Amino acid sequence: MLYYLPLVSLSRRSSQQRLAFLHYNTGFKKVSVVVPNLVEIRDLHFSYGKRSILSGLQMDFPRGKVVAVMGGSGSGKTTVLRLIGGQIRPSKGHVSVDGQIVHKLKTDDLYLLRRKMGMLFQHGALFTDLSVYENVAFPLREHTDLPEELIRDLVLMKLHAVGLRNAAKLKPGEISGGMARRVALARSIALDPQLIMYDEPFAGLDPISMGVTANLIRNLNDALGSTTILVSHDVKESFHIADHVYFLSQGKIVAHGTPDEMMASSDPYVKQFVHAEADGPVPFHYPGKSLAADLGLKEGA
Amino acid sequence: MMGRMLERLGVWVREHVEGVGYATRTFFYMLGVSPGLLRRPRLIIEQLHFIGNYSMVIITLSGLFVGMVLGLQGYYTLNKYGAEQSLGLLVALGLTRELGPVITALLFAGRAGTSLTAEIGLMKAGEQLSAMEMMAVNPVQRVLAPRFWAGVIAVPVLASIFSAVGIFGGYLVGVQLIGVDEGAFWSQMQGGVDIWKDVFNGFAKSIVFGVAITFISLYQGYEARPTPEDVAGATTRTVVISSLMIWWLDFMLTALMFSK
Repeated sequence: MLYYLPLVSLSRRSSQQRLAFLHYNTGFKKVSVVVPNLVEIRDLHFSYGKRSILSGLQMDFPRGKVVAVMGGSGSGKTTVLRLIGGQIRPSKGHVSVDGQIVHKLKTDDLYLLRRKMGMLFQHGALFTDLSVYENVAFPLREHTDLPEELIRDLVLMKLHAVGLRNAAKLKPGEISGGMARRVALARSIALDPQLIMYDEPFAGLDPISMGVTANLIRNLNDALGSTTILVSHDVKESFHIADHVYFLSQGKIVAHGTPDEMMASSDPYVKQFVHAEADGPVPFHYPGKSLAADLGLKEGA
Repeated sequence: MMGRMLERLGVWVREHVEGVGYATRTFFYMLGVSPGLLRRPRLIIEQLHFIGNYSMVIITLSGLFVGMVLGLQGYYTLNKYGAEQSLGLLVALGLTRELGPVITALLFAGRAGTSLTAEIGLMKAGEQLSAMEMMAVNPVQRVLAPRFWAGVIAVPVLASIFSAVGIFGGYLVGVQLIGVDEGAFWSQMQGGVDIWKDVFNGFAKSIVFGVAITFISLYQGYEARPTPEDVAGATTRTVVISSLMIWWLDFMLTALMFSK
């Protein structure tokens, strides 16, 4: 497998990565090494009560890659992220992150594992009582004892990376939705995570913000050497930046492959989704009685 | 019909027992993670300022008026028996034993408790608590525990202020307005109020109220479903449950503290 080893801090990398780094620390050098997946999902089932959300998922998220998880509303995409983050427990199967089975971890170990993760929530989930600057500084203050000057420099660098250094003093209520998403992105990368998860990062954004956000996701992934899981239903932007795409429907993987393979797929669900067709395996109308039956007309009248 | 009613009753009882069990577990979990706050006392101080300082005006004004009314009503009653010299004692005992802790607790539940519930509920609705969890920050330790301890500290301090201002209100009406003898007012109070039995027990009551109200407020917000109607419902539940809890605890504590 071809893999780019980034020049990043040694302290946050696993021993295997450190070893690889020591051998190849000459910048973004192309080397041929076998890299295990950072996240693996095996026979994953999840249900809310009797309602099944996910059934029998098998997914791999290789290190350093951007993997998109796509599907319609209610297909279980966000649930996958919550299972990876250990916020909910699977009813069967498991998720492993960096070799650790998430649902078997004790609370303290789970919190340690989460320090290797960053997550961008659909609406940013910024702390509304804190300024943009303080939002980005939050994880640094919580998890490090860095001096204030260093925190300041790091925060400004992260904000600079998302183009919002000059908005540092503003409150979340004073910035647009797209800007809030970028601030949340800066916050999620504050600790240089190994894994960054994005929950619908393009939802509700204008085309300019959408393009900016998509490029940021790809560039940050490459610059940090992290792994990205992108949950989205925006085909154009996701296909533009993803290395691999999974399609979820009714809690199952219906197709997966590279964006080009998905574009050329003849699978009815993928075709309907990718080409935004109104009717197909996913019906336009919510299942139930026909219109004729509701209007009291004879069927076929 | 009967079977269905019994089934519903069973479900209701089971859900409530489960709820009480979960709340108890959350309470002890919060206490368990609280020592971590010793390294960051600023978190408690910030909350103390927010929920304590901002409640000062309503507590002070209420204390003043309650003391004034107590002075007026007390005078009319005591005057019938020629015992108006004991007005200071009546005002002080009424405030330190009962009215100070109880009214402060009720006002605190309405002023700060609802604000805590709404704040936590909206943080949950805005996924801020989930974001915190994903940043490896324990929301119970970072959000709930500092607010809880700030509430536990704030209520007895506010109750003490309420009682002190209330006594001053009673003095204004009784001595300055009606003309009760000033020396008798203060000396009767000094002689009749026991520092441990009256003042300390009242203070202990307000600590218990502080624990109850603050935890109820935080728990209601933390357990609210992230929808506008449920956050609104949780705010209402905070006032209702806190008020009932205050009355019940007051009765129990009074029976325990002042029975011979």
